[in-house]
Amino acid sequence: MRTLYHFHGGVHPPTHKSQSVQTPIAQAGLPTRLLVPLHQHVGNSAKPSVQVGERVLKGQIFGMPEGSVSSAVHAPTSGIISAIDMQVVAHPSGLPDLCVTLIPDGRDEWIKREPLDYRSVSPGDLRQLLRFAGVVGLGGAVFPSDLKLRGGKHKITTLVINGAECEPYITCDDMLMRERADEIVRGAEMMRYILAADEVLIGIEDNKPEAIAAMRAAVIANRLASMEIVPVPTIYPGGGAKQLIRVLTGIEVAAGVRSTDMGVQCFNVATAYSAYRAIAHGEPLISRIVTVTGNVQRPQNFEVLIGMPVHELVALAQPGSDTNGHIMGGPMMGVTLPSDRVTVTKATNCIIESSPALFPPPRQPLPCIRCTRCAEVCPAELQPQELYWFARARDFGKAQEYHLFDCIECGACSYVCPSSIPLVQYYRFAKSEIWANEREKEAANLARERHEYRELRIERDKQEKAEKLAQKEIAALAAKAAAPAAQPPAQTAPAQPAVGDPNAGDTAQQMINAAIARAKEQAAAVKAKNTEALTPQQQAEIAEIEARRAKLRAMSHPDAESPQE
Amino acid sequence: MLIALLVMSALALLLGAVLGFSAIKFRVEGNPLVDKIDAVLPQTQCGQCGYPGCKPYATAIAAGEADINCCPPGGEEGIRKLADLLGVEFKPFGADTAGPKPKSVAFIDESTCIGCTLCIQACPVDAIVGAAKQMHTIVAAECTGCELCVPPCPVDCISMAVIADNISTWKWQYPVFPLRAVPAASQTTANI
Repeated sequence: MRTLYHFHGGVHPPTHKSQSVQTPIAQAGLPTRLLVPLHQHVGNSAKPSVQVGERVLKGQIFGMPEGSVSSAVHAPTSGIISAIDMQVVAHPSGLPDLCVTLIPDGRDEWIKREPLDYRSVSPGDLRQLLRFAGVVGLGGAVFPSDLKLRGGKHKITTLVINGAECEPYITCDDMLMRERADEIVRGAEMMRYILAADEVLIGIEDNKPEAIAAMRAAVIANRLASMEIVPVPTIYPGGGAKQLIRVLTGIEVAAGVRSTDMGVQCFNVATAYSAYRAIAHGEPLISRIVTVTGNVQRPQNFEVLIGMPVHELVALAQPGSDTNGHIMGGPMMGVTLPSDRVTVTKATNCIIESSPALFPPPRQPLPCIRCTRCAEVCPAELQPQELYWFARARDFGKAQEYHLFDCIECGACSYVCPSSIPLVQYYRFAKSEIWANEREKEAANLARERHEYRELRIERDKQEKAEKLAQKEIAALAAKAAAPAAQPPAQTAPAQPAVGDPNAGDTAQQMINAAIARAKEQAAAVKAKNTEALTPQQQAEIAEIEARRAKLRAMSHPDAESPQE
Repeated sequence: MLIALLVMSALALLLGAVLGFSAIKFRVEGNPLVDKIDAVLPQTQCGQCGYPGCKPYATAIAAGEADINCCPPGGEEGIRKLADLLGVEFKPFGADTAGPKPKSVAFIDESTCIGCTLCIQACPVDAIVGAAKQMHTIVAAECTGCELCVPPCPVDCISMAVIADNISTWKWQYPVFPLRAVPAASQTTANI
């Protein structure tokens, strides 16, 4: 029996999980249109690689990964691309983002898929494959998995697979483990191979006995000695990566340190499943399991194509007539969707239809009474009440000193707050302000650098010009000094006082006079050539051209010229 | 008596030598206060303060020649930071100073641009690309929104576009709660 550890705090909210696990995972089917955002992962948006009007096949790449932190996006089915434009996406801001609109043709025709035996491929190539298969963390953070599989400075000893699923209402991982345990276990084994980890620990909360049994059977069937299923106590937020790592290994991931630097890496079960599909079947990530629950007649899990509109998905579960909102994610950490016209993305693990009965409007927040119950439940061992005061007072420097960025926004503090203060909202506000300040600072630094460089360049140009001029002058002087010896002074310069004589007066004055004389001479010569002594033929030509010009002028300004005349 | 005098003068000479040596050895190049002030300024390099850039304005503030409320792009937040740094009272924008504007970038209407390069010469951060008699364009990521390129343009093809919020720059709002639900009828009377 493995020794389990505790993490600090935690709460026990009602789970509400039983209603959505009564029926197996259903196929959500093909919607009338799919709206696939190109930014579904942490990092840079994928770059669109298709044209409007183009026919694409299921699994064909839509958007190429751009930059090192990015992932690919694929066509969820075969069809015609009708638009690539800005559309409102599943994001709390309700702002539009670049999306590809696909009209399915109903044939669901796959691209050529190439199954691979992962043992015959190097870990580096497998990571590249996952990057182009669009595999990202499906627990909700959507961080590109290929980067997490790179490991850290140290060797990864333990790979943790997260099947805890602690958030109320959500059952997508539970159902996936019950029905597709074999694939998850094989995917976890592939991840272990890529990371060269010694052991794999699959943590599952003990309120999911069916999932634990199914996963155990799969591990035994696959004869994986290095893999172990570990039931963990049910406590929220036991499914947080740092919390689960703590429970399973006893390692506390310090502030500002990655778990990889401590020899542990953590993936969600659904990510392991997608990695398996990508490697063993050549299928990119184009669908995921989504729990539809809350105020619906038939709460259930669906396998949903990425890009399916939320209203079409929830219609399958028959929402109640008093539905007043749609929550993406769970009730603790989820965000309210701007509308039900947005579409399912890789981050959508659950849609909760809310109703006044299920989620009554939040109580009026009262002043903080400094009871520190929030500090008792905080899984990150922070001082939420301090953070609240600093965020409220916009004292962001102090909030950062109190490790605001270690807050995982789990909502345990808000859940227990007797004054019903929406603490997490304050933390989110403070975090986004700090990020915005950071961005501004970066922009200012860039501007300063560029401005300083410009000043430097202008100064340098000035200097170079001055130097060139000085050199020219010296060269001219030298030439002047050499010339008179070889050549007699020009006859057509009467004003010039004896250039040939080096002893005769001021050299600068001499030079100027010489230049004036030369210029005069040249001017006379040029004038004579161009406008005088023309042949009659040339004169006739000039007259003809002048006439043509006059005629053109008259044509272009007939009104303007007539009154003047 | 004499010994005491000698000891004291010897000490004074020694300490004076140490001070003199460290004044030369550990001399700080430039004024550190100028850099601190410059770090607070938004680096728009727009010259709205009356100085030819942020650094000259910072130098003027450090020398006590300029007020702290002359930088519209920095906003009131900027004035507050300067007041904190210098230990002086906050001072609102003067009546003759233009107020802060929403952050924007310059945009060149490329069909109108004649390729005169005047805007390129005006840009303080080299954010305009182009050549003589060739179309010019703004590198939006590097534009500070200083508007210095707008007046020199002989064909008025440069306009300022306000930067709209997008998903990556969007911010969570400060939580606001209604203190008390006021019925519609009493609200209208209250407004009157």
